[in-house]
Amino acid sequence: MYRIRLFAIRHSRSFEWIYKRLESAMIALDPVLAKIGYDRVERPVAFVEKCVKTVLFDCKMCGQCVLSSTGMSCPMNCPKQLRNGPCGGVRPGGFCEVKPEMKCVWALAWDGASRMKGGAQIHTVLPPVERNLEGSSSWLRVSREKAAHLREAREKRRTAIADAFPGARANEPSAAPLAEEPAQAVKGSK
Amino acid sequence: MDHTLPQPYSAPPEGHVSHSRLERVLRSGRFAITAELNPPDSADPADVYEAARPLGEVADAINATDASGANCHMSSIGISALLTRAGYSPVYQISCRDRNRIAIQGDVLGAAAMGVSNVLCLTGDGVGVGDQPGAKPVFDFDSLSLLRTIKTMRDERRFLSGRTIKNPPQLFLGAAENPCIPPYDWRPERLAKKVEAGAEYIQTNYIYDVPLFEKFMARVRDLGLDKKVYILAGVGPLASARAARWMRSNVPGIHVPDAVIDRMEKAEKPGQEGKKICIELIQQMREISGVSGVHVMAYRKEHEVSEIIRESGILASRKR
Repeated sequence: MYRIRLFAIRHSRSFEWIYKRLESAMIALDPVLAKIGYDRVERPVAFVEKCVKTVLFDCKMCGQCVLSSTGMSCPMNCPKQLRNGPCGGVRPGGFCEVKPEMKCVWALAWDGASRMKGGAQIHTVLPPVERNLEGSSSWLRVSREKAAHLREAREKRRTAIADAFPGARANEPSAAPLAEEPAQAVKGSK
Repeated sequence: MDHTLPQPYSAPPEGHVSHSRLERVLRSGRFAITAELNPPDSADPADVYEAARPLGEVADAINATDASGANCHMSSIGISALLTRAGYSPVYQISCRDRNRIAIQGDVLGAAAMGVSNVLCLTGDGVGVGDQPGAKPVFDFDSLSLLRTIKTMRDERRFLSGRTIKNPPQLFLGAAENPCIPPYDWRPERLAKKVEAGAEYIQTNYIYDVPLFEKFMARVRDLGLDKKVYILAGVGPLASARAARWMRSNVPGIHVPDAVIDRMEKAEKPGQEGKKICIELIQQMREISGVSGVHVMAYRKEHEVSEIIRESGILASRKR
């Protein structure tokens, strides 16, 4: 898995392209998904997403995927789960402070981002992970959020967290979500 | 020093975000000095004051570490509160390792109410290097989301939940940087991101490799960051070649070049040599454009700090 993860980061540019296409498709699907009910599709989509992303990126299903902002290197593989860059403990050769046998997730992220078209997104400050969204589908969230983002111009209502991290809200709206969450996506909401 | 506290809540001076002496010194263009306090394994306030005395003579602010190296000592908020009572200006260090967003936001208000006017936002060393490696690492925030959160509390007067804060915490916001470890090329970019998140001053980790640091600073100047953030270079006296080697391999994020270790090895009195190297480093830092001060971390050598600062001659160039 680690080697596939490294492969994905080496080919960050291609994966960025694939992700952009997937994202467009998901946004286009928003009305359909809304009609079927996001609540109904949440579990099956989350299952598929988990299978695909675990193989490719060692995904931890944080539910707030920011791969496009992290050079396709999943920040949840950082033992400190840092979302904004490497800590001050990186070992000589760029190895992890906590897991010395692993390359620093963030050293790889910056490397991956340098090959990506939208690599500059790595400079945007990301908010802390909302832990109650763990295990839910980030793809569906992107679909909802990007669609909501389009409506946002009309809507004045913003939550404080999205306000405090405006860059993140624009680049990775699923990291600072505004749209209504379906009950299935949020832990302890029933 | 600042003022003996608790004081009534009042607005900071014009053009300032806090009542911090460190902020005043930096904004007035004087070369700032901060020093790290070795936290006691004790519940006696006298132990804190004893540790603070040799630092307070020369430092504009005293850093209260937050279980650095993941080793348990008196808490940074406790030390900070004691220091403000005695008229010292503390830097309240907050590590993301041990507390979640609920605890940290509450502590920030508590610290500010106790007269704390400087904070330093840190990721924190992993629990594995500390004396209780079985502890649960939290890392709810990272240093950047923590910076942005405190900035939101201060400037927007609200918690991350959106709830309003009646009187916001007036804090001078700091972060750390470690210029001498990988990924070298991205360290200045990361500094830019910290400034973007809200950092107003930076205290770096130990710097023993001056050429590497100068390269970092050149890039920092290219990015125009030296105009946006005050950078305090981290220095400290080494005790011996053996201690330096131990630090290099056991403490995360410390880079000591072989040349420095060689010099310690060859010295007749390693303690004296360590002090001399530290003084030379301070003098070199003074000359680097974009460096606004030094942060002295003299672990178990706190008594030498005022002597080091005086001998370095940096006090002579500023009116106190």
